[in-house]
Amino acid sequence: MVRFAVDPILTKKTEGTFVKVVEESKITNEPQEFKFQVHQVDGWYESDPEMAAWIAKDSQGNVFALSPVCKHLGCTINWNSQNDNQYFCPCHEAKYTKEGKNLKVAPSPLDEYDLKIEDGFIYLGPVKPNTKV
Amino acid sequence: MFKGVYNWIDERLDITPMWRDVADHEVPEHVNPAHHFSAFVYCFGGLTFFITVIQILSGMFLTMYYVPDIINAYASVDYLQHKVAFGGIVRAMHHWGASLVIVMMFLHTLRVFFTGSYKAPREMNWVVGMLIFFIMLGLGLTGYLLPWDNKAYFATKVTLQIAESVPYLGPYIKELLNGGEIVGAQTLTRFFAIHVFFLPGALLALLAAHFFMIRKQGISGPL
Repeated sequence: MVRFAVDPILTKKTEGTFVKVVEESKITNEPQEFKFQVHQVDGWYESDPEMAAWIAKDSQGNVFALSPVCKHLGCTINWNSQNDNQYFCPCHEAKYTKEGKNLKVAPSPLDEYDLKIEDGFIYLGPVKPNTKV
Repeated sequence: MFKGVYNWIDERLDITPMWRDVADHEVPEHVNPAHHFSAFVYCFGGLTFFITVIQILSGMFLTMYYVPDIINAYASVDYLQHKVAFGGIVRAMHHWGASLVIVMMFLHTLRVFFTGSYKAPREMNWVVGMLIFFIMLGLGLTGYLLPWDNKAYFATKVTLQIAESVPYLGPYIKELLNGGEIVGAQTLTRFFAIHVFFLPGALLALLAAHFFMIRKQGISGPL
């Protein structure tokens, strides 16, 4: 019965797949929010929930995508809502730089999406720890 | 007629000593508000139990309509709240009782603390009481998700992220409670099972121990 109860932990995880999100030409130095859909299997229920990513170019012109999930307690962050060119979380006023470096409240930088560019389109994959800061 | 039935059973099973032992004993003067009004602080334990009984009864009736499934959970709660006769009242009993039981339990804990009733020989009863406290918090957490509305979903998501912050074990605790990687269909069925079977079972066992000990040791003396 214990094996029955812990089955979700022990079943093999599905590999993360890449999803086409937006044309590379739309990306600017200013972070913009883009929505995309991923296919999700949740037990007996399959769905295509909408995800969000904040995508921008860094000072070298490399494109990177940040997860909007605050690293403090998991609320949703916004870019520049306080007019200070920072990410801001309305729940406990956590702040992050454009690269996702945590400035206030949050214990770690914003997560980053695995990203690849093919034929002028941005593809996003699984979330990983921030590599920009 | 009732007396006849009682006597018929009593002759065969000798039940009088049993209920006398459970119920037939005087309330000491220092815990009786009729003697000293300030003794009302001794009522909070009984009030906690009274509300717990209401929670169990209203919860049993709620499961007549509730479905722990991500497609239908919200619709079933909406239906029982707005279409079923007295649905709003039964759900409100469970909703407000859930908060009130925490309040009463907290006041009961304060009374036990400030009268020093946790001291020897009643240390074990304090420990069992603390376990009951955590079971109640668990019931509050798992019950909060069941309506499957935005508030329930995001509160659970954030709570599980807090659980994840436990050193070393956090990610496993989170995944076990999630029943997978996300708050979804398997989380809801899991929380439902925990809310209506696992935690109430543990709660009843601990309450039995709590009451057995208070009967055995008696209420602590006056200050």
